[in-house]
Amino acid sequence: MDEATALGLYRTMTRIRKFEQRAYDLFLQNLVKGTTHLGAGQEAIAAGVAAAMREDDYTFVTYRGHNHLIARGTSLTAMMAELLGRENGLMRGKGGSMHLLDVSKGVLGSYAIIGAQLVIANGTAWSSQYRGSGQVTVCFFGDGATNIGAFHEALNLAAVWSLPVVFVCENNRYMEYTAIESVTAVKNPAVDRAPAYGLPASLVDGNDVEAVLASATEAVERARAGGGPSVLEYLTYRHGGHSRADPGKYRPDDEVAEWLRRDPIPAYRRVLVSRGVAEAVLDEIEAQAKAAVDEATQAAKDGPEPDLELAFADVWSDGGWTWRN
Amino acid sequence: MTTLTLSKALNEGLRKALEDNPKVIIMGEDVGKLGGVFRVTDGLQKDFGEDRVIDTPLAESGIVGTAIGLALRGYRPVCEIQFDGFVFPAFDQIVSQLAKLRLRSLGHITMPVVIRIPFGGGIGAVEHHSESPEALFAHTGGLRVVACSSPGDAYTMIQQSVRSPDPVIFFEPKRRYWDKAEVDLSAALDEATPLTAARTVAQGTDLTVLAYGPMVRTCVEAAVAAGEEGRSLEVIDLRSLSPLDMDTVLASVRRTGRCVIVHEAAVSGGLGAEIAARITQDCFYHLEAPVLRVGGFSTPYPPSRLEEHFLPDLDRVLDAVDRALAY
Ligand SMILES: Cc1ncc(C[n+]2csc(CCOP(=O)(O)OP(=O)(O)O)c2C)c(N)n1
Ligand SMILES: [Mg+2]
Repeated sequence: MDEATALGLYRTMTRIRKFEQRAYDLFLQNLVKGTTHLGAGQEAIAAGVAAAMREDDYTFVTYRGHNHLIARGTSLTAMMAELLGRENGLMRGKGGSMHLLDVSKGVLGSYAIIGAQLVIANGTAWSSQYRGSGQVTVCFFGDGATNIGAFHEALNLAAVWSLPVVFVCENNRYMEYTAIESVTAVKNPAVDRAPAYGLPASLVDGNDVEAVLASATEAVERARAGGGPSVLEYLTYRHGGHSRADPGKYRPDDEVAEWLRRDPIPAYRRVLVSRGVAEAVLDEIEAQAKAAVDEATQAAKDGPEPDLELAFADVWSDGGWTWRN
Repeated sequence: MTTLTLSKALNEGLRKALEDNPKVIIMGEDVGKLGGVFRVTDGLQKDFGEDRVIDTPLAESGIVGTAIGLALRGYRPVCEIQFDGFVFPAFDQIVSQLAKLRLRSLGHITMPVVIRIPFGGGIGAVEHHSESPEALFAHTGGLRVVACSSPGDAYTMIQQSVRSPDPVIFFEPKRRYWDKAEVDLSAALDEATPLTAARTVAQGTDLTVLAYGPMVRTCVEAAVAAGEEGRSLEVIDLRSLSPLDMDTVLASVRRTGRCVIVHEAAVSGGLGAEIAARITQDCFYHLEAPVLRVGGFSTPYPPSRLEEHFLPDLDRVLDAVDRALAY
């Protein structure tokens, strides 16, 4: 791997981590209204897959979606301001952590109804197939989503229509509080099902960012070349609880400790250093990430509170709502 | 009498139902080991086993579909839908199958399924976690729809629902889960207020306020505030949303001549519209003012920062009361 790409991966992961840590702090300070589902621990997937994508490709994410927007290049300020419910937020303060969307980066929504985005992703994939645009749709979801009907409908439809879509399962071993293995008939919830729909699938260490990039590149390029859909399942772990201040106590201590040891960021740092990258270069990347998050935090805090009328804007295309309320 | 939170009262009611009938089964996401996100099923798996309190996969349509199948063979499943907004993947099963199987089998089949849904806002959650979809179910023939508002009712209504031969969509006011009150755990179910009956929770003479679920407390507080200004409000907790206890409602409105209906759900197409139409039809000549409605706005549920503006509160209720009294 060339050094620029490698440092890019490290930069993306570091930016995500710093952002997520800050989001958590702000949540504890009661500045983040609503809830948050943080992706700390799962950065390698976002960074690796995004690096395999073209700028005009489409991304669909879940409520645990910060990672992917950051990896696709969404403004940290717009995201932080959204978490704080400010007018300068990505959704002008109306979406919050769970409903981030950035059309300019091809991120066509964060979906909080489990499984909903898989069938929708087929639609954008079909649109690019129809237009012959060569765009690929990448659709992220959790392990829990593999047990809902939409997952199965989507895989079959994608296969039948040979759509340019890549289904990416971030298997962090838990739904909310229930271990996925305790409610799933197969060991690997996504890749073990893919063959039933005739889809190629790979099971990959989701904490190894270069392995993620390699597997994602293969899948994305296959889709782009007209080779159809495929499934990627990345094994990973969320460092924190499911949401808000969930301490995640349903997870055994030794399991948590083991996965913290496999933290993708220090692991990649060790790889880079062993290849001869100077510590100072990596320190600088971290310092830049922190500075960017600091700046975003300040801009978010300085952002104006949105006007209440905004709550009624964009509900209907004619702007009219008075008769209905 | 024991002091219980609403959530604990539901827990005790479910425990009683599990004890009383071995055919009762609880199923849902995270209901077993964790005891549910609101701890309504806390400790039940430990005491009744994994065969009776079941952690299901994440699949609402599958959960309700399985429950329908169990009910077909004599079981009485109680399904937990984790939050209001997650019932929609199961909507098809509920509306197209659960509600219709009795009719389709000419009454040979009963569907004693309870679908528990924590509903409404006010806990700083967002879309999918704060919604009030009761009208969608009340609109569907074949379903019973109820909403509890207090620990005492929670305890009895959940047991009555489990005993109901018809499917019951059981709405729980999630922001009132932590409200406490005295509950008589030894009360005989047969002597409790029937599941289909409304309850007058505050007596008054000037105006009738109709509410259910989380809005009952708000309306009782409004009645107290209005009382301080010399206005006497009667507050009725509807409890059953389908069927509606119109006898209780009409008797009250005939006395007061004025009515305000309050719910968190959007006013447009909401349950209030149905009730207002029936009142107008059945006691038109007793009315001194049009029936007014207070409810949420016809927008998706807003982010938590805005929810206090969205949710009907004391002021919005009292404002409607003023308008009704001004006629
Ligand atoms: C249809 C539906 N049912 C229930 C929920 C509540 N819920 C939110 S996240 C979640 C667990 C999802 O687990 P997984 O797919 O593994 O994603 P992760 O949170 O681990 O990223 C559940 C059950 C939901 N959002 N949508
Ligand atoms: Mg998971």
